[in-house]
Amino acid sequence: MTLKATTPTRPDALSDRAPKTASQGLDLIGQRRGRAGLNRTSVLAAGVVLLFFASVLLGSYTVTIPDFFTIVANHLTGGAKIPGASFIVMENKLPRAVIGTMIGLAFGLAGALFQTMLRNPLASPDIIGISYGASAAAVVAIVIFGASGAAVSGAALGGALGVAALIYAISSGTGMRGAGRGNAAGNRLVLAGVGIAAALHAVVNFLMTRADIRTAADALVWLNGSLNSASWDRAAVLFLALAVLLPAVAVISGPLRLLELGDDTAAGLGIRVNPTRLALVVIAVTLAAVATAAAGPVSFVAFLAGPIARRFTRKASLPASALVGALIVLAADYFAANIAPLLLDGTALPVGVVTGALGAPFLLWLLVTNNRKDA
Amino acid sequence: MNHGTTTAVSRPGTPGTTVPSPATGASGGAAAGRKRAAWLLAAVVVLVLLAATSLAVGARGLPLGTVLEAFTRFDPANGDHAVVHARIPRTVLGLLAGGALGLAGAAMQGVARNPLADPGIMGVNAGAALAVVTGIYVFGIASFSGYIWFAFLGAAVAAVVVYLIASLGRDGATPVKLALAGAALSAGLFSLMNVILVSSQDTLDRFRFWQVGGVAGRDWSVVLPGLPFLAVGAAIVLLTGRILNSLALGDDIARGLGQRVGLTRALTALGIVLLCGTATALAGPIGFVGLVIPHAVRFLTGPDYRWILPFSLVLAPVLLLGADIIGRVVLLPGEVPAGIMTALIGAPVFVWLVRRGKGAGL
Repeated sequence: MTLKATTPTRPDALSDRAPKTASQGLDLIGQRRGRAGLNRTSVLAAGVVLLFFASVLLGSYTVTIPDFFTIVANHLTGGAKIPGASFIVMENKLPRAVIGTMIGLAFGLAGALFQTMLRNPLASPDIIGISYGASAAAVVAIVIFGASGAAVSGAALGGALGVAALIYAISSGTGMRGAGRGNAAGNRLVLAGVGIAAALHAVVNFLMTRADIRTAADALVWLNGSLNSASWDRAAVLFLALAVLLPAVAVISGPLRLLELGDDTAAGLGIRVNPTRLALVVIAVTLAAVATAAAGPVSFVAFLAGPIARRFTRKASLPASALVGALIVLAADYFAANIAPLLLDGTALPVGVVTGALGAPFLLWLLVTNNRKDA
Repeated sequence: MNHGTTTAVSRPGTPGTTVPSPATGASGGAAAGRKRAAWLLAAVVVLVLLAATSLAVGARGLPLGTVLEAFTRFDPANGDHAVVHARIPRTVLGLLAGGALGLAGAAMQGVARNPLADPGIMGVNAGAALAVVTGIYVFGIASFSGYIWFAFLGAAVAAVVVYLIASLGRDGATPVKLALAGAALSAGLFSLMNVILVSSQDTLDRFRFWQVGGVAGRDWSVVLPGLPFLAVGAAIVLLTGRILNSLALGDDIARGLGQRVGLTRALTALGIVLLCGTATALAGPIGFVGLVIPHAVRFLTGPDYRWILPFSLVLAPVLLLGADIIGRVVLLPGEVPAGIMTALIGAPVFVWLVRRGKGAGL
């Protein structure tokens, strides 16, 4: 969480066009950095597009590019279908890639919002307990009520939002106002989340021992986060949710930047701190909740997207975090669905297993290579 | 365990060594020390009563008189006496595992200077879980006494790896790096574990009963191998009270006070790993005891680790035994494992502490 308020002066920026004033010089540097960041962000976007098509076209069932466009065009116009290929692309691969991209964007954004707002690299929806709320509700639905499909998603959404509301109610309220209390409120939020997460985790484990073993195995796949049950219905719901949430993130990102400078500074600059913070929490939680409802708690994406994006673009950037999230999910799902079965006698893994197994070493590497105290 | 408490009680004899903390400061004299000793004594009494209750309560409830009789005038023909004796191992395990987790949690929060630190965050639970799953999947182990060596080995390796990774770099094992390394390694290990669990339903079927954590169904063959590890770990950690006090002021000040920060931190970490690794090996992953008890203890003791450690040692088994006893009666004729009940009881308490706004500070 290094949030340097001052930009280090670069000698090369001053060499050719000498700025008349100091502020003009800063503007120049700002523009250059902004442009570099933009370029890198567009590299990320290109990577997402590339991976999206790779996961649709390649894999255990390969589709050629002309075939792909024929299939999609015929599907939209109601033309003739290619036997087999049409079904696999339209009912399996395409919705899977679409949902993977969208949950990646949502998790990446949610994680970056939390980490920036709470100034705590440990603060991602997984740690704060929101994912556990979704998990507990979904496992209750699966084990006790025998639910499947959309009912599980609904339960997960309800659980995530309910737990988030509970955590927020616990951590706000009695707090005193004054210097430095903003960070204490953040700490309380994290602590309350950790407590509730542990209790819900126990409930999930207990339910797993009470369930029939086949049900428990189903629940385990959901708990790991999986795109196996991707469908257009789910994609549509997710798309509608993101259509509301992404503009909201764009609106809130300006005040967020000022909040990073500290509550007092932000208040001095005319930000209404508490309403802004509440809005941020609501947006970030809803992002994580809809993504979890669609595919289960895919671990580590929210946690990692922010730090990776910051390393890649050299600044804290919400769009870059979202794109990195999508990259992680698409790459991990490609591995889980197409490469893992070759290694494991045909067992297709849930995507969350791969994000965890690959994400953890990466975070450790970040930690090892980063000599600064705050990774 | 008794050994630990007696050393602790004898400690207030040295009240002259002023704790370098502003909270206790000058007022924390001999009177405060006596008051805390009285509290500690009361906690020990509560613990003894709970242990007796733990022998009496269950699917077949017995009066406390019968429990006493089973020790003083044991009659092999008396079925009630046999029931009491059958409940001894789980009660002892509850005492041992609870004390170990409480001590380890308190020491860990001190070493990591992080209120979120609990044994789980050193990767201990994840390492033990992966090792147990491997034991079940590869070697076909199927008993609690078979799991303990896998669990202990896994816990120890994971903790050492976390510590080594966190100590890389210029400034050594800083709190943030410890927490991050632990969280990262745990997530990775749990994912590897899930790779096995997703592909083998048999393994999941056995593992899910270990995963909940509890003291039921363990006999002496599970409890006894852990004793030496717990004794060494408890001895190390109980002696670190003053070290933790100076570490709490920050590495630089601790160094200025003459502490060899890296060495003492590594030594404390060794004690922590012995304690919580063994506890997890014996009883499975039991959450919340190591996290919530030190926070609760700070209300009674203030920030002085020479008091926090012994109080955690006594109060943590109170939570674990109490949870086990309640778990035995809430779902009769079945039982709710102690690992579940500690979380269900501990979470509201913890949340209440957080709301009071004092739990966050160290």
